[in-house]
Amino acid sequence: MKNHKTIVLSNQEISPGYYRMRILAPDYNKLARPGQFVMFRVQRSLPPLLRRPFGIFRVGFMPADCDTMPPKEFIEIIYKVVGSGTEIMQGLHYGDPVELLGPLGQGFEFGEADEEKILVGGGIGLVPLYMLAEKMIDHSKVRLLMGGRTRDDIITVTEFERLGVETYVSTEDGSLGEAGLVTQVLEKKLQENNQVSVYACGPMPMIEAVEKICSAHRTPLQVSLEALMACGVGACLGCVVKGAGHTQEQPSYLCTCKVGPVFHARQLAWGSDDDAAASDCGVCR
Amino acid sequence: MIKRRKKIIRPRLSVNIAGMELRNPVMPASGTFGYGEEYAPYLDLNSLGAIVTKGLSLHPKAGNRTPRICETVSGMLNAIGLQNVGVDVFIKHKMPFLEQFDTPVIVNFFGNTQDEYAAVAERLDAISGVRALEMNISCPNVKHGGIVFGTDPKAISSVVRQVRKKTSKPLIVKLTPNVTDIQVTAKAAEDAGADALSLINTLTGMSVDVKTRRPRLANTIGGLSGPAIRPIAVRLVHQVVQAVSIPVIGIGGITRAMDALEFLIVGAKAVQVGTANFVDPHAMATILNELEDFCLAEGIDDINDLIGSLEV
Repeated sequence: MKNHKTIVLSNQEISPGYYRMRILAPDYNKLARPGQFVMFRVQRSLPPLLRRPFGIFRVGFMPADCDTMPPKEFIEIIYKVVGSGTEIMQGLHYGDPVELLGPLGQGFEFGEADEEKILVGGGIGLVPLYMLAEKMIDHSKVRLLMGGRTRDDIITVTEFERLGVETYVSTEDGSLGEAGLVTQVLEKKLQENNQVSVYACGPMPMIEAVEKICSAHRTPLQVSLEALMACGVGACLGCVVKGAGHTQEQPSYLCTCKVGPVFHARQLAWGSDDDAAASDCGVCR
Repeated sequence: MIKRRKKIIRPRLSVNIAGMELRNPVMPASGTFGYGEEYAPYLDLNSLGAIVTKGLSLHPKAGNRTPRICETVSGMLNAIGLQNVGVDVFIKHKMPFLEQFDTPVIVNFFGNTQDEYAAVAERLDAISGVRALEMNISCPNVKHGGIVFGTDPKAISSVVRQVRKKTSKPLIVKLTPNVTDIQVTAKAAEDAGADALSLINTLTGMSVDVKTRRPRLANTIGGLSGPAIRPIAVRLVHQVVQAVSIPVIGIGGITRAMDALEFLIVGAKAVQVGTANFVDPHAMATILNELEDFCLAEGIDDINDLIGSLEV
C-alpha cells in the first residue's frame, strides 16, 4: 500500500463510453492480487475533490525507453464515463500526472485447483475478473458469463478468450450473444453442474440474483462489490455493507474498502433492507 | 565555489494548548482519521501534533444507512451517523495501539443525553494514555425534543458543566457552525469550564440526484466539509477568538499549509485537518513540510509569532 505520484501511459476508448487507462505503477506486478483496487486521483485538479476507486484490470511490464533501464511496470483500469470525475479522466493523455493509492483491499481466494470456475461479469463489473482468470486458468477450467444491456457494454471478452477462458455473452437487447440476463445463463450452467465455484462482479441487482441462484445450488460464491468511498483505507466509513447477522441491536457493518471489496457470500447480509439503522444524528461524522 | 550559507535554523513549531505541549499545531479532525491505525501505514503518527480519534459514545453505534457520503463542489457531504465501537471497546482494543506513539491522544466523544456525555467522560478520564477530551456537542439531545446541544447556549452550559465535573483532563469543546451567533455559544462553553474550543464541525447541507429526484444521502441531510467551507470556518474562528480567552483550534477545509496559516493568523493555536486526509493520506505530512518552508522563507523563527498576528 503506497501512494504513487505517477503518470498516465495511455488512455483509449475501447467501446462507446468505456475507456482503458494504462498507468505507470511500480511494484504492482509483485503486490497486486486479483480483486484488489486503487484509489485514483487526477492530480492538481479540484474538482474532483475525492479519489475514485477502480478495480485493477491487469498488471504488466512495458519495454523500457532505453536498454539500460528497467522495464516499465503498469496497471490498467477500465472505466465508464458516468460523472464529473470520469469525464476529466477521459481527457487524460500520456504523461499526465495522476496519483494511485494502492493496491488496496482483499482480493479473491482461488479455491480448489481442479474444480471448474464460473466468472459472472456485468458491464464494467468484468474488470476485476481478468486478473483472476489469468491466475486460475493454469489449474482450472474457467468460464466467463458476461452480461450487459447492449453490445457496447460487452468489453474485453476477446482478451478472456485469448487466455483460454470459455466465454458466453448475453445482452438484454439481444444485440450481441444470447438475448436475456446473464443470470439465466448461470442458472443453466449450475443445473448442469453445481460442483463449481462462482465469482461475480457487477451491478447490485445482478449480484443479488447471482447470490440467490448460488445459494439455491449450494455453490460457493465470492462477490466483488462497488461502493461510494472517500478514503479507501477504512477511515471514512462511507462504503460499509451489512455483514451476515446484522441486526439493529447487533449491527455489523463491514468496510467494502478494507474487509472487501471481495467477500464470500456468507460474510454478507442478503435480501432484507428493513433493518436500516435509524440514527439519532446524521449530521455529524 | 559556492559560498556555504549559514546553517538553517529550523523554525519552532510547537504550541501549547490548555497545558498540553504539542510538537506542532497540526492534528487530524475527528472522524477523518479512524482510530489512528488506518493511517499508520501512510503517515508517521509521531510527526503529528496530536491524534484525534473518531467520536465515541457510551455504547457502540451502528451508524446510518448507505449512501452515507457524496461529493459536492470542492467538498463532500457525509451522514455516517457516528458509527463507532463504543468507549469500552476503544479503551480495550484501540487505545493500546495509540499508546505506542509519543503523540498526545485526544479522544473525541459525544452523547445523546447529558448523562451519556458524563458517563463517557468519566471512563476516559480514568485512562492514563488519553491526554485530552474533545466533546462533540453537535448531537441532538433526545431528552429535550432532539434539539442539538450545541445550538442552545443553556444546553451547552449545562452539559459542559456536567462533563467538567467528571474529568480533570483538558476539555476541548467542538462547536457547531449551524448557529446564529457563534460568539454566544463559544462563550457559553468557556464559562461552563471548557479549556479550549475547536471549530468548525460540518455545516448542514443537502444534495439531490436530479434524475431519481432522491436525496443523494440516505439520511437526506448531512454535514458539508472540505475546501468549500473554509472561508466560513476562517470567519467563525476569527469571531470566536475575539469572544473568548481560551485557546481555539481551527478546523474547516484545510488541505495545504496556506490554508492552515489563515486559521493561525486569525488566532487559532492549532488546526485540524479533516477531509484532506481522505484525498491524500500524506496530507498532514505535506502541510507540516510546507509550514516549515513558509516560516523559513518568511524569516519566522517561532510559529507562535504568527498566531493571532492578523492585521486589520
